[in-house]
Amino acid sequence: MLKFIATRIALLIPTFLGVTLLAFFLIRLVPGDPIEVRLGERGIDPARLEEMRAQLGLDKPLLEQYADYLAGVLTGDLGRSLITQTPVLDEFAELFPATIELSLCAILFALIIGLPAGVLAAVKRGGPLDHGVMAASLTGYSMPIFWWGLLLILFFSVILGWTPVSGRLSAAYYVEPVTGFLLIDSWMSEEEGAFLDALHHLVLPSIVLGTIPLAVIARMTRSSMLEVLGEDYIRTARAKGLGLFRIVGLHALRNAMIPVATVIGLQVGTLLAGAILTETIFAWPGIGKWLIESINRRDYPALQGGVLLVACVVMLVNLAVDLLYGLLNPRIRHAK
Amino acid sequence: MPLLDIKDLSVTFATARGPFRAVDGIDLSVEPGEVLGIVGESGSGKSVTSLAVLGLLADNASVTAGRMQFDGQDLLTLSPKARRRLNGGQVAMIFQEPMSSLNPCFTVGFQIGETLAQHEGLSGKALRHRCIALLEQVGIPAPESRLSAFPHQLSGGMSQRVMIAMAIACNPRLLIADEPTTALDVTIQRQILDLLRDLQRERGMAMILITHDMGVVAESAHRVQVMYAGQVVENRPADSLFTAPRHPYTAALLDALPERAVGRRRLPTIAGTVPGITDRPTGCLFQPRCGLADDRCGTRPPLATDGDGWTRCVRVEGATA
Repeated sequence: MLKFIATRIALLIPTFLGVTLLAFFLIRLVPGDPIEVRLGERGIDPARLEEMRAQLGLDKPLLEQYADYLAGVLTGDLGRSLITQTPVLDEFAELFPATIELSLCAILFALIIGLPAGVLAAVKRGGPLDHGVMAASLTGYSMPIFWWGLLLILFFSVILGWTPVSGRLSAAYYVEPVTGFLLIDSWMSEEEGAFLDALHHLVLPSIVLGTIPLAVIARMTRSSMLEVLGEDYIRTARAKGLGLFRIVGLHALRNAMIPVATVIGLQVGTLLAGAILTETIFAWPGIGKWLIESINRRDYPALQGGVLLVACVVMLVNLAVDLLYGLLNPRIRHAK
Repeated sequence: MPLLDIKDLSVTFATARGPFRAVDGIDLSVEPGEVLGIVGESGSGKSVTSLAVLGLLADNASVTAGRMQFDGQDLLTLSPKARRRLNGGQVAMIFQEPMSSLNPCFTVGFQIGETLAQHEGLSGKALRHRCIALLEQVGIPAPESRLSAFPHQLSGGMSQRVMIAMAIACNPRLLIADEPTTALDVTIQRQILDLLRDLQRERGMAMILITHDMGVVAESAHRVQVMYAGQVVENRPADSLFTAPRHPYTAALLDALPERAVGRRRLPTIAGTVPGITDRPTGCLFQPRCGLADDRCGTRPPLATDGDGWTRCVRVEGATA
């Protein structure tokens, strides 16, 4: 097991280097550097432009810039944002809880609906419920996030007025950020109603962000469940006289969850990618919105650092899922 | 009164190529304490019959019968609740593949205990003691430590012993063993059969032993029912079946036993396979593979009384329908 963990961690190193390469060079492929973007159409004296470029080190050859950047990363220095001048790591740490909060709620939403839907579809295979779940999940999976988000805002916020249009909290409340997780902070704070208000703001973004994982989880649960329901040990469980609920909910689901857990782990990547769009639509002050703004401003250090940190989170979560696998699957747990 | 009493049982599967009648009007009865051997090649409908008794067939199977009773209780109209009380309680079953018949995610103790909890409401220490006692009875060494073992940590023979412990947990009156030794090593086969026979004698439970191995049946069964392509072709007490088989198929099965083929150069076999969904002959189903077939075999013979049992063959007196 230790060897397994060591191998997995060793494999993270090339991935990590690859991400730094991609983050560094991709943003530089976009026309316009930070200074040109800031100047807009006003124009500037070419000599002054060169001077400003030199200040940011943008006049050096690309490879040298990359080497400098990599050296910084390896010593834990992700640089400062060109716009705000705050260290990238600090900005990330400040904004990341909002994204985690949104992602957790989204995956929770996906699990609460997706697992039972998949199980029911498998048990009622071929029936109207099965077809309904499969059609809905295919639709959900194919729906572009921005379009889906706008539709929901239009219907629930604009027409029905049930949910707020954007943001994390109404302007009427002020909650001191302690953990950065607004649900926790507002729960702890003296502000009455702030918690419910924060929850209220979470509903639509969570649904939008959770839709694709929901579709994937429902489909995966269904197919995994169908396979398991045909296994010999399910027949044994029926021969023992166990009730349907126990057979499906315990004997079958426990086995069916093993592949589903992997898929849930893989959804973390989808979630963070989806968060970029969702946060932009709902003006959610998280990593996604920050990354989009950084792209628009060509804020190289912020973007590079953000992409790198997000990639690290995805890698670590997947590693954790692999390790947690053993908890679900005794055959792996005991493999020495 | 027989413990299990089945008349004219048919099981039809809806398949993509149309309905397939896997079991075709069979009768089956087991007295209390009796061991009935059901013999036949793969595809003869042995397993389907037993699964029908426990109501374990897939949704695409439809079961019809003139009568299907266990201890006077009608199995055809059984409510799901009554069915759950019967299965694992009064009627238990063990299967061909012990390794895949145990749930890989739960411990041996959990899986045995579950049956006891379900049927006898046991829990805690009493439950644990019963589980240990059961593992002891089926000859598992160090039963206490085995309770926390997962199925993948057991050999095939051990797994089958656990399956047997689970099946006998609630003192069933009928145990159905569906090819319990097919997936096991030859040396282990003997041990498992001995165990089943001992348990059957000790507890006086009835047992249906399904197998395609005539040798297995010879040692264990009181009475033997030979099946072919979903029909019963012969049924009589084990002694007389083995000394004087009446049906050509039974005779051919016995001839194919290695211990009976001493002195011959090649072990006799039955050419061909059991007819499937598309190639059922008209007339006697065994006729295409029968060495004795003649023009009388074009009509399907009924199952006729024949000495101390029944035979389905035109050669049997009084069978010319």
